Amino acid sequence: MSNIATYPDGSCVLLQGNEAIARGALEAGAQFCAAYPGTPSSEIIGTLATVAKDAGIHVEWSINEKVATEVAAAAAFAGLRSLAAMKNAGLNVTMDFLMHLNLSTIGDRGGGLVVVVCDDPQAHASGDEEDTRWAAQMADVPLLEPGSIQEAKDMTKWAFELSEELRCYCFLRSYTRLSHSRSGVTLGKIPKPEKKAMFDTSKCYTPYVAPPKHAALHEQLARVQEIFESSPFNSYTGPGQPELLIVCSGNGGPCSLDAIEALDLAESVGVLKLGTLWPFPKGLVERYLARTSKVLVVEEVDPFVETHVKETVAKPSAVSDPPEIYGKGSGHINHCGEITPDAVIKALSGIFKLRYEARDPDYAQKAQDAAKRLVIDRGMAWCPGCPHRASFFALRDAIKRDRRKAIVTSDIGCYTLDVFPYGTHQTNVLHCMGSGLGEACGFGELAQFGFEQPVIGICGDSTFFHASVPALMNAVHNKANMTVVILDNGITAMTGFQPHPGTGRTATQDAATVVDMDALCRAMGCRVEVKDPFDMKETSAALRELMRDENGVKVLILRRKCELLRMRQERTYPYKVWVDVELCKGDKCGYCYKVFQCPGISWDKESDKAQIQEAVCVGCGVCAATCPSKAIIKEEIG
Amino acid sequence: MAISRDPLNLIICGVGGQGNILLSGLIGSALIKKGYQVTVGETFGAAQRGGAVFSSVRISQRRSYGPLVPEGKAHLLLGLEPLETLRILQKYGYAETVCISNTYPVFPIGVLATKEEYPDCDELKETIRSLSKVAWFLDATNIALELGAQIATNIVMVGALISSAQLPLARNDIEDEMREVFSPERMELNLKALELGFGALRSQN
Repeated sequence: MSNIATYPDGSCVLLQGNEAIARGALEAGAQFCAAYPGTPSSEIIGTLATVAKDAGIHVEWSINEKVATEVAAAAAFAGLRSLAAMKNAGLNVTMDFLMHLNLSTIGDRGGGLVVVVCDDPQAHASGDEEDTRWAAQMADVPLLEPGSIQEAKDMTKWAFELSEELRCYCFLRSYTRLSHSRSGVTLGKIPKPEKKAMFDTSKCYTPYVAPPKHAALHEQLARVQEIFESSPFNSYTGPGQPELLIVCSGNGGPCSLDAIEALDLAESVGVLKLGTLWPFPKGLVERYLARTSKVLVVEEVDPFVETHVKETVAKPSAVSDPPEIYGKGSGHINHCGEITPDAVIKALSGIFKLRYEARDPDYAQKAQDAAKRLVIDRGMAWCPGCPHRASFFALRDAIKRDRRKAIVTSDIGCYTLDVFPYGTHQTNVLHCMGSGLGEACGFGELAQFGFEQPVIGICGDSTFFHASVPALMNAVHNKANMTVVILDNGITAMTGFQPHPGTGRTATQDAATVVDMDALCRAMGCRVEVKDPFDMKETSAALRELMRDENGVKVLILRRKCELLRMRQERTYPYKVWVDVELCKGDKCGYCYKVFQCPGISWDKESDKAQIQEAVCVGCGVCAATCPSKAIIKEEIG
Repeated sequence: MAISRDPLNLIICGVGGQGNILLSGLIGSALIKKGYQVTVGETFGAAQRGGAVFSSVRISQRRSYGPLVPEGKAHLLLGLEPLETLRILQKYGYAETVCISNTYPVFPIGVLATKEEYPDCDELKETIRSLSKVAWFLDATNIALELGAQIATNIVMVGALISSAQLPLARNDIEDEMREVFSPERMELNLKALELGFGALRSQN
């Protein structure tokens, strides 16, 4: 089967945005690539990992984004072209390192270093809508933002050249609509990477002392701006003297072109699409601003381009007759969420005072009425057989029996679903990777202020290694009274089954030493218990016992493989599960489908009995233990 | 073969796990080989957990379009689940939308939990028909179940789509793409699914 490394140069193939970034890295001759998974960025390293051995490059899933960036930077210092990738949230994890890195430069014979950050406007799979572009301005980093999947590949390649020429790392900012769309991409050549890694030990690269290095970096950025002023990644299409000029970046570009087509405004509206965003190519923008009296800025998420367009206009010598600027500031473009073609249509029809109807009003009314009458939501729930459902039901049972109003702090993984409509709603505080244990630790240190509630901090296995270990050590050191629950499903499940240090496999499927989390917790001085969450009774009892033990930090590891992963590996069901209709009390009870809410169980209205959805049930048998009437029967499949 | 509109916007919708992304990939790749400019947009954050998902395929001979279809501009809709077909029509449908929908429902968790009611299937079908220029229905899931593989529902649906002649693609174009993604052992079953889907619409005409 063909893959991104074997498609021949010159061919046009359908590539996902993240695959295009991966191909761009290969075409640039990148030899070292690292990341921690996170939607919508995961496929960059996921794709590279599958071709690493054939391509002769190093690809790894690192323990977190900071380490990923540090290992990639080290490889760059040793002369190799290197790439680190992450989602928006991951940028924050590595920001301390990235603030310093360009002050030191990446070395005299440094290989180019490209840091890809995939933002998530609309927060499809994130806790926030962070806009990475401000980080480029804050840390003095050149930033490129592709407007198409072809550009994603081409810009990635160019970013390495730029990085080497300027001896600083560069950001490539992607976003959900780019990373997770696919388009035909014309490919270039992949060189054979054969550069030897070597470091000149007569040198020292460090940000110290910062002020002079900061000044030098600013001079360097002025050079970058000159390059950006004439970059082909900034382009204009439209009439010579447009009535209105759209200045846009990223997803704003295609949405603007759709809007111009929909409103038939090609003769009066021009589009200046910017791909090199920091340092801002002011001179180029200034020239286009002088040609028009109205400007609409279209971008995701924050008004970054808009702010710099306004700054450009404000310069006294810039534009003699300054145009009116429309965008987020004027309320014409949404401040939050993704840009859509319809958002730009609305903005343009507002400015031009045009009437726009996407479809016949009768049809629109009919569609709306039908939707109101018939369309219902499709909520998210844990998969059938998911260990987390059992864990949270045991947790709920333990908290209820304990009767001291235990507080639950949790964080990011499939277990985040607990706070969604079909979770168990045991979670009280939830923010980012690792915050579950950090916040638990804080609650656990409040005894002197009269805080008497038990504290339960939750993390997953991948999250444990990513950001929870320091918080756990802190809890031990500062004598927090808390119980930690590690939901160990043996994989980084939510982002697509990436390995972590506890799995014994690397990104490229090589065997690795298993980092033993049980031993690690014990070595820190914690009391450690390990249970199978499918045994909910035992799990609840163990948790209650640990909550009552007030001697410091207790750890309960709930170990059970992710069902999707288990099914991939084993391809069998452990049990046949059915409902004994004689025993089932039907809707008078309904515990299994109303409360336990496994997607494999439903209610048959006619017979007024619960029933197992055979096409959905994976035969885990956990529901059998939850039925108050013992009407759910599980029978081992031999 | 040419496209009836430029751009031609196809939306494929369903429930996470039904194989939307596979279909949009097969179709997109086959169209690229025919020389079209194709962009495929995807909503799959919730794919593994039973959420509503859809892919858009925008096809042009003129330029590369962005992945997002403007509201009311779905020319062609392939629905792998009837409630999802209506969900898309509500926002992206218009009087000229041509619709091919599976009739087999996948109940949302809220319905399983008896917190909500799934709409009456006949009413759902009639409403879909009333919001389409042409609407074809088939029970793709049961066709796939008869083959012993519910997972092949999406391939049955793509067979139906090809037989509708709304895309400039022939059956062997999709078969070629399927050979790229399926192992030879799984290919046989999927070819059968494609054939049954291809025949399913014929009987309605």
